[in-house]
Amino acid sequence: MAIDLETVIKVARLARLDEPEDRLNALVGELGGIMGWIEQLKGVDIDGVAPMATAIDMATPLREDNVNDGNQVDEVLKNAPRALDGFFVVPKVVE
Amino acid sequence: MSTSDLTNLNLTEAVRGLKARDFSSVEITKAFIAAIEAANPHLNAYITPTFDQALSQAKASDDRLINGEGGALEGAPLGIKDLYCTMGVQAAACSNILKGFKPPYESTVTQNLWDAGAVMLGKLNMDEFAMGSSNETSAFGSVTNPWKSNRNNQPLTPGGSSGGSASAVAADLCLAATASDTGGSIRQPAAFTGTVGIKPTYGRASRYGMIAFASSLDQAGPITKSVADSALMLQIMCSHDPKDSTSLAQSVPDFTKALGKSVKGLKIGIPKEYRLDGIPAEIDALWEQGIEWLKSAGAEIIPISLPHTRYALPCYYIIAPAEASSNLARYDGMRYGHRAEGALNLTQTYEKSRSEGFGKEVKRRIMIGTYVLSAGFYDAYYLRALKVRRRIAEDFVHAFGLCDAILTPATPSAAFGLDDETKAKDPVAMYLNDVFTVTTNLAGLPGIAVPAGLSSDGLPLGLQIIGRALDEETIFTVADVIEKSANFAQKAHKWWL
Repeated sequence: MAIDLETVIKVARLARLDEPEDRLNALVGELGGIMGWIEQLKGVDIDGVAPMATAIDMATPLREDNVNDGNQVDEVLKNAPRALDGFFVVPKVVE
Repeated sequence: MSTSDLTNLNLTEAVRGLKARDFSSVEITKAFIAAIEAANPHLNAYITPTFDQALSQAKASDDRLINGEGGALEGAPLGIKDLYCTMGVQAAACSNILKGFKPPYESTVTQNLWDAGAVMLGKLNMDEFAMGSSNETSAFGSVTNPWKSNRNNQPLTPGGSSGGSASAVAADLCLAATASDTGGSIRQPAAFTGTVGIKPTYGRASRYGMIAFASSLDQAGPITKSVADSALMLQIMCSHDPKDSTSLAQSVPDFTKALGKSVKGLKIGIPKEYRLDGIPAEIDALWEQGIEWLKSAGAEIIPISLPHTRYALPCYYIIAPAEASSNLARYDGMRYGHRAEGALNLTQTYEKSRSEGFGKEVKRRIMIGTYVLSAGFYDAYYLRALKVRRRIAEDFVHAFGLCDAILTPATPSAAFGLDDETKAKDPVAMYLNDVFTVTTNLAGLPGIAVPAGLSSDGLPLGLQIIGRALDEETIFTVADVIEKSANFAQKAHKWWL
């Protein structure tokens, strides 16, 4: 499917990006070119092939359900753009 | 010993000299600091020097060495790619969105190095979030290759994404460096700078504290001056780590024991699909030369087929951006990283923070990833790519039924110029840099790039050896033979001095 401006705007919104109009217009061609090149994957016979989501076959390891870390409020908040009294300060969410 | 005598040493020689107390860690650390101060304004390899920390680490190492103590890398000064979390020292993955981020914890790979006594000279430049093949997507400026063509004075790329690591090692600005490889980001820059770069088997090295790009493909590895240095560095970097659920519960063999072994009777596969149209003749000639070296060392050359090779790059450019769009969703300006000012509501804060913080190439890949994962396209693109990935991995399973290791060129060209217009205009032209390296990331296999000769322009060219999963030892053995046969002793001329 060809990528049009409407698709680019929709994908930017899904990706939480606020791009200026000239970039959105340019992305129509850029993404179109890349996705067009990717179309060649349609030439591969994938009948009955199981998807490969990880590079190695291994079961997810389990560990004992013990607390092994935590209670590090100061460390966690150290890189916060804004923090107050042991909390992150974020923009108003509820009007 | 003069300053340049010390910085010219490779890691293996320096560790030996430190243990024998021919020189102290403070002496060699100071020599590197002086070299970095002279070269960095020209190369831009280091973005965050940590000289005070380096000198205090070096002093502590000297105290241990005086008492006959110390680890395998005691007192050895290294450079660390900006992708690695280093406690209290900025780790930004060279992105504006993480500028000023000082991790309150240490990555497992770097912790392993410090536990072995290594000294950190500073953090190294890279493509933003490791997305790039020329180090030009960095928010901290591009890196210059210490190598120059014998035809002109044009500044060249050291490759990417580990461009800072490769440039620093090639210019003698550290003994060795950490790097990371998602589609070729260790091996391509190593090939462009006449250095050795290995990506181990997926899961060999812990990803804990490595800033994520594409989690099913990312692996840590070193860039070094020699194959022996590569074995030594990788040995220390790898470990089983319960903090990374994809870390393999396998003991790490002594990789240095794989060196100096004969390749007699070893079967070396030559994949016919790696002979691409439009590749410079000198790349093919170098490959032929590599085949001859191994043949005369007693190896058996086996023609093999990896029929899905041509689909590896397009497959990668679905899987890697899909994983990246998911991984990079965490950068929302709330708990750490850049937050935009003046937004009217929460959604706008997210959107503005991300658009201001991420660079052009990163945003392009987030967009591709979001597109291929979006409703209605998931099956057609993402799921199909995962199935093609299985086909590519199966190719290697079949091939390794016939051979013990695979020899290929490392890159389709030598280092190219910075600000290359064709590659800037056409993202796909840039992506083609990884055509020989990306298959091993998809299949999870180890691959090493070794310098093997010079192009007609006088620039380094590398060969790649690919091994079975968890068989880094065989590729070290083969790489060692290539290194000895090539006798690649050329260094970049230090034009900045």
